[in-house]
Amino acid sequence: MRPLTLSRLLLQCLILAVILFCVMVLALKFGAIHVSLYGLGRDLLRVFLGKSSDISSEYSLILNLRLPRILLGAFVGAALAIAGTSFQALLRNPLADPYVLGVSSGAAVGAILALLLSPHLALSPEIAAVFTPLGAFIGAALAIAAVYLLGHRNGQIDSSTLLLGGVIIASLLSALIVLLLTTLPSSNFRGMAYWLMGELSAVPSQPLAWVLRVGFLVAAVVIYTTASDLNLLLAGEKEAMHLGVDVRRVRLIVYIAASALTGLAVSVSGAVGYVGLLIPHLMRMIYGADHRILIPASAFGGAIAVVIADILARTIAAPNELPVGAITAIAGAPLFIYLLRRRFA
Amino acid sequence: MTSGVKSPSSRVAPDPSRGSSEPRLSVEQVSYAYAPNPQQAPVFTLEATSFQAKAGEVVAVLGPNASGKSTLLQIVSGALEPLSGRVLLNGFVTHQLEPRARGQRIAMVLQESQLLFPSKAWEFVLQGRHPYGKSLRFESDEDVTIAQNALAQVGAEHLADRWMDQISGGEKQRVILARALAQQPLLLLLDEPTLHLDIGAQVDLLETIRRLAAENRYTVLVVTHELNLAGEYADQVVLLQRGKCLRVGTPAGVYQRDLLEQVFQAQLTVETGASGRPRVSILPGP
Repeated sequence: MRPLTLSRLLLQCLILAVILFCVMVLALKFGAIHVSLYGLGRDLLRVFLGKSSDISSEYSLILNLRLPRILLGAFVGAALAIAGTSFQALLRNPLADPYVLGVSSGAAVGAILALLLSPHLALSPEIAAVFTPLGAFIGAALAIAAVYLLGHRNGQIDSSTLLLGGVIIASLLSALIVLLLTTLPSSNFRGMAYWLMGELSAVPSQPLAWVLRVGFLVAAVVIYTTASDLNLLLAGEKEAMHLGVDVRRVRLIVYIAASALTGLAVSVSGAVGYVGLLIPHLMRMIYGADHRILIPASAFGGAIAVVIADILARTIAAPNELPVGAITAIAGAPLFIYLLRRRFA
Repeated sequence: MTSGVKSPSSRVAPDPSRGSSEPRLSVEQVSYAYAPNPQQAPVFTLEATSFQAKAGEVVAVLGPNASGKSTLLQIVSGALEPLSGRVLLNGFVTHQLEPRARGQRIAMVLQESQLLFPSKAWEFVLQGRHPYGKSLRFESDEDVTIAQNALAQVGAEHLADRWMDQISGGEKQRVILARALAQQPLLLLLDEPTLHLDIGAQVDLLETIRRLAAENRYTVLVVTHELNLAGEYADQVVLLQRGKCLRVGTPAGVYQRDLLEQVFQAQLTVETGASGRPRVSILPGP
């Protein structure tokens, strides 16, 4: 018997953080403009030391354009992976993830509606910044509520009904998205279509960036406080209840927090698929099913995966850029099939 | 938080009934009804049922399918609020206990425990310490010792490092029981624990339960279909039929041929076995 301890948890997180850092440095290096690792390190150091004026224009371009995008990718990956891990535990379904369950589509509908409405509402800039993520959050929360209701039978979650419910909601919402997109001026259409595939090129404005940071931190911490309850929920709601879990409370706060994470991610990156599904699986293979370590590990894993996917998206067809969601889907689908076969072999 | 906390005293309190002859569990006139929708008449009811049990006593709940056994167990556990009446455990109303306080007093072994992702047996048993944990619930050395003792008490130390999905049904049931012991409960509830076990494993499990009730002074409530196992190991039996509590008493008092034949709709004989306990056999139909 060797239960998880705080020091072991922190050590594993440190290792993952170092890997993430290395991947981010690589992501800074690769792209349309080539820079050396040495120059990158030197200028990063200058930024940290407050001597930004000494940076060469080439590197300043990299740091101003590439760095925010990489940070955004890490954020999106972490948010989606945490949301996926929570949905899988809460719905007792290893195939649950924001994308499969239609939560991402719900968030997309909410975000598009917010975008369509905001010009008519004369909002102050601060509120306008929050408006799209708020719409995405509400869309995500409504979608997961609908899926949950569809998947509930006789007071218990029925796994396959739930999944089918998710697929149906997702396809309904996709149709709705197409309808909404046709109302847009044609100049916006390509941008929106790209956004829907999942992309990281639109770096958020300062107020929005703050909403993302605070929202992410709050939602992630809230979910993490339920980590040990989620371990018990894997065995079913009844068993968890008999082991002292306040099932209703945990369910409610994790739904809200995971929907918020999905909403935040979708509002800035569109629907990046498979991250929420596969990263928790891979991390579970390495770290086991204890959510006290699985949640932070998934967050780092998701961040690493999306940053790598973004490197590929920027370099494969350079100077053109692919949507990062296309890369995660191309890499994710075969990996998913492999996991599925392995599981039932 | 939920509305579970009724008074500060519903948290952990010393147990006055451990070792005393006062009844620890008191089921008072509980009933239950549920309807598929509000317009329809209730489809099933548990009519007023009462019984009491002391520390160290094993009570078996018997009855045909759909007689309300599991409903009664859920009500006793505090998971279901009864329509009328109440269940007292050491003077606390079980369904009013806050979830953690309930988890420290009442442990439930369900028919089967399905794991979404496999875990090791020791991890599973440590889950029983959850109601005692603090915020992130990193298990203490004490928790580990209690879990090890729980595994030892059910004779399953050797299974600690095995995966839950790679052990036999009987072994799994022992590990699940060990998790319930790790909760250090006053009341141990078992819902058809012998359902998927062969006869040897069934006897084994009930022997263990009997011994634990005596050693640890648990009050045990076990729902079962096995008349003879209940007759052999229970101090009291509660006989239910279609939601009605027909009889409460010692196995010898309740196991009367006419009554059992009427309840189970079968030709039966009731004899006294070598242990002095009643034994039920089936008579082949004409």
